[in-house]
Amino acid sequence: MHSNIFDRYLHNNSSIHRLAPQVKVVIAILFIFSNALLPDGDWLSFAISWAVILLLNWLARLNLGYTLKRSLIVLPFTLAAITALFSVPGKTLTIWQIGSLELILTDAGLIRFLSIIVRSWLSVQIAILLVATTKFPDLIHALEHLRLPKMLVTVIAFLYRYMSVLTDEVIRLMRARQARSAVLPGRNGGGSLLWRARTAGNMVGQLFLRSYERSDRIYHAMLSRGYSGHLRTLNQHELNINDWLIIALAFLLIAFLQLFAHSIG
Amino acid sequence: MPPIVHKSPTTPPSLAENKTVIDINNLGFSYPDGHIALKDISLSIQTGEKIALVGPNGAGKSTLMLHLNGILKGNGDLEIGLLPLNKENLPVIRSLVGLVFQNPDDQLFSPTVFEDVAFGPLHMGLDEKEVISRVEEALALVDMSGFNDRLSHHLSTGQKKRIAIATVLSMHPQILVLDEPSAGLDPRARRGLINLLLELPMTMLVSTHDLRMAKELFPRVIIMDEGQIVADGETATLLEDEVLLEKHGLEKE
Repeated sequence: MHSNIFDRYLHNNSSIHRLAPQVKVVIAILFIFSNALLPDGDWLSFAISWAVILLLNWLARLNLGYTLKRSLIVLPFTLAAITALFSVPGKTLTIWQIGSLELILTDAGLIRFLSIIVRSWLSVQIAILLVATTKFPDLIHALEHLRLPKMLVTVIAFLYRYMSVLTDEVIRLMRARQARSAVLPGRNGGGSLLWRARTAGNMVGQLFLRSYERSDRIYHAMLSRGYSGHLRTLNQHELNINDWLIIALAFLLIAFLQLFAHSIG
Repeated sequence: MPPIVHKSPTTPPSLAENKTVIDINNLGFSYPDGHIALKDISLSIQTGEKIALVGPNGAGKSTLMLHLNGILKGNGDLEIGLLPLNKENLPVIRSLVGLVFQNPDDQLFSPTVFEDVAFGPLHMGLDEKEVISRVEEALALVDMSGFNDRLSHHLSTGQKKRIAIATVLSMHPQILVLDEPSAGLDPRARRGLINLLLELPMTMLVSTHDLRMAKELFPRVIIMDEGQIVADGETATLLEDEVLLEKHGLEKE
């Protein structure tokens, strides 16, 4: 019984896998910023960005379209941008009448909406690539090296360590409920909706209490080993000159892409 | 004997054989909800002793263990390694007492095995080289060399227990305090653990329900019930006393 939602690392020995984790994090963040800054409707620049992802995908020896398949998860979230369809002034394409509400779909709105979808989709792909080629503990170290606030890094590290413990606990709770959810033949089982809701509520409460007590025990275990409010770790990933060169190169390429996109746009 | 004065509480005193390493006088503790967990505990442990702490659930075994490095603070006098347990001595005492919790998922809180075993030495302020060599040494002691980069949540229970012990061995403790180390282990992992405990030279206080292991490993046994020490003596005698064992919810093996 193990759930490994966090373990998206695919072991391989490609050049991308061997890159220092900080380098990968920096490049991924630069790339995401670059996506956000590309002008609306600049499909050529979007295509170039996507080609870069496919190239990295190939260099990392992942299946063609590995990131593509995973990236579909982003689509439901892009619905948040749906208001862009109606809120950008432009040529009217069509008008939707919902009750007394009149929604005017504009061409500029449509382009912005599609651009937002493409941007998020590209950004998610680079993130997927990042976690597929970097071990999660190394990512945590990278964040620490990049001077992310220590407290935040610690929270992420604990989240990573205990996510599977927690999900295992949830699975156990659900199984315990299932095991006792019997129905006699000829009777209506399951109880009322209210009763079921109450059971679910109790389960959430249980989970909270167990986690709370566990956090106490973990804190005691930390105190026992000399923790005094300041977390110390060994810094194992020092950047060498090559790493800096790669970061500089990525920065230049992204700057070129931006210049290109904004000069034709 | 004149009282021993320690000039610097930051250097742990070296303990010779047969010196008192843990000295507890009239310790009492009740939880915030009023539940009395420990009543009038007095106990003295000499260097090199191997002691089993047995008793039914809720007898106060874990609560007592949490007092040994100052996680819980009750009323009464505690002296660990000749140092009175107070705020000033707490950091040293925590390096003297290696406390391993029952559930390895509580003990192993870092993403990787290396980081967990390095946690103690790092927080003791050792430098990087020393930390790394101590991690290697501790992992070798529990026969888990090469597990440095493994993720704690991917290990088996037996492996987790061994790593949990390594996390305190890397601190070079003088006293090893283990809370139910053999609980939840299959026979092979249990046997491996017993062999490991046999090899470790330090003073040991181990709470357990595993009376067979107690007989095999620990010459002295302390029986607790309802927050009190009800018997303290030779394992060979006490664990054969059926009337005594039954009275305190235990069963002769």
